[in-house]
Amino acid sequence: MTLAAPADASTSSAWAPGPVARDALAIRTGGLTKRFGDVAVVDDLDLAVPEGSVFGFLGPNGSGKTTTIRMLLGLISASAGRVELLGRPVPDDVASILPSVGALVEGPAFYPWLTGRQNLARIDAAGPHGERATRRARIDVALERVGLTAAAGKAFRAYSLGMKQRLGLANALLRPRRLLILDEPTNGMDPQGTREIRHLVRQLAGEGTTVFLSSHLLSEIDQVCTHVAVMNLGRLVMQGSLPELRATTVARLRVDTPDDSLAGPVLARFGLQATPEAGGGLVAQLPAEPPAAEELCRALVDAGVRVRGFVVERPSLEDTFVALTGEGFDVAR
Amino acid sequence: MLLAELAHLFRRRRTLALLVALALVPIGIAVALKVSGGPGGGGEGPTFLNQVTNNGVFASLVGLTVTLPVFLPLATAIVAGDAIAGEAGLGTLRYLMIRPAGRSRLLAVKAATIVVFCVVAALVVSVAGLAVGTALFPVGRVTTLSGDTIALGDGMVRIAAASGVVGLSLLGLAAIGFFISTFTDVAIGAMAGTLGVLVLSGVLDAVPQLSSIHPWLFTHGWLTFSDLLRTDVNWTGIEHNLALQAGYVVVFGSAAWARFTTRDVLA
Repeated sequence: MTLAAPADASTSSAWAPGPVARDALAIRTGGLTKRFGDVAVVDDLDLAVPEGSVFGFLGPNGSGKTTTIRMLLGLISASAGRVELLGRPVPDDVASILPSVGALVEGPAFYPWLTGRQNLARIDAAGPHGERATRRARIDVALERVGLTAAAGKAFRAYSLGMKQRLGLANALLRPRRLLILDEPTNGMDPQGTREIRHLVRQLAGEGTTVFLSSHLLSEIDQVCTHVAVMNLGRLVMQGSLPELRATTVARLRVDTPDDSLAGPVLARFGLQATPEAGGGLVAQLPAEPPAAEELCRALVDAGVRVRGFVVERPSLEDTFVALTGEGFDVAR
Repeated sequence: MLLAELAHLFRRRRTLALLVALALVPIGIAVALKVSGGPGGGGEGPTFLNQVTNNGVFASLVGLTVTLPVFLPLATAIVAGDAIAGEAGLGTLRYLMIRPAGRSRLLAVKAATIVVFCVVAALVVSVAGLAVGTALFPVGRVTTLSGDTIALGDGMVRIAAASGVVGLSLLGLAAIGFFISTFTDVAIGAMAGTLGVLVLSGVLDAVPQLSSIHPWLFTHGWLTFSDLLRTDVNWTGIEHNLALQAGYVVVFGSAAWARFTTRDVLA
């Protein structure tokens, strides 16, 4: 677990490594900054996204996720710093990089008067590697993958938000990709759709595609991610693998009992600082090397404490995320 | 990609509606002439109008003359103003960018499409006029502005050339609209701005005190296409007009390129 910056991207010398180290990262940014006026929307961002990972990019609304993604794709220029996608510099090499990158940026956007299929064909025809001969088949496969085959002939303006999102995903999957950058892919989807997207992401990752997934809802993606980065107010609060993130959380012991005054001293003998709960019972933070729970429980009972409940809790990733980004999911600015 | 873009533009219902509306202008005029039984009013009205009942092919030229001040520029402003701003407004611009279409390439394709549209729009007017004219009126040797008559074939060639010149005359305005289009995500704003420039140019052209700048206004030479209908074609005005349009295209085309290749795509 590293806070703010991974060790291999935090020093400038890390920018001139051998080809092996560079190839290992699908996305790498160094000191990436975007200012709009005086406000640094993205501030000194050092991202390191390993190839083959499913990388959760988290942060409340307004924390700079989409701006970062726009810089990754060369849509907007950086005020400072560097971006490398698949080992090559952005925006200089976008023409050769982007054919290997599929993306959904700030929601789907298509021509309302065209059908889903026509929309995909239109975008496909606008760039390299969109061979006409294979277009129909590629569109069919992509629509099938996102479950949109039945609505392929409907005009885009008649699509629901979830269907639009699916068409955006189909567009990202239209050609073979090494990297997928998906900005809030489950936005507007029902729980069933969200589950399908998770399944799809797992499938893609299984095929070896690196998936960079942004969201403001950790619970929607924590089941698929291997790595996580958390943004808040334009800065990276943490990044690392999921086990690393879990290791930062503090476990708590909760004892439900009417005998607070008896239980407190017992817990103190084990070096635990207990605080009374509002509805009765005690809560104590557990150290990194906690005493065995079964021994604690026996000691409590031996001391005459009537135990109704005895739980060792680990906060959910969601709680950790909230702790890192401040209270709640309000718009950060 | 150019073919795909052309197909995209010309399959769009709005584009077709514009072209149909343009075609209806000469058709409407010819039908009105037929119904009323002649031009009447003793030589008033647009150039060539009196000739239509004698020779249907003149409906083409009347169509061009009537649509050139407003309808053709309006269609041009809509298509040129929409070119980039429309994509930005829909958000499709970012998906074209990450396709990657390439900024310069996208700009070149859009520009070429606009040029095609301008020429097609003028041809639609002229072909519709020709069709309705030959259907409703006799067709024969073509009387030139100089008063002579020339063979029908020669006249047709000159009408075709006039249509082409009219189409190319719109390019200066198109270049300005295209340039404005790179500045905004609101297509209707770009269209309105382009029309504003059109009106400004027309107004300046009407102020005699500003005669020194008149030759440099992109609307000034628009009616020179009629010089093609003189027995001995007077090329001076046409050449100056086309050179001026080319100048506008170079200046505003470069400005659009400078703007678009460096701007942040935020929409």
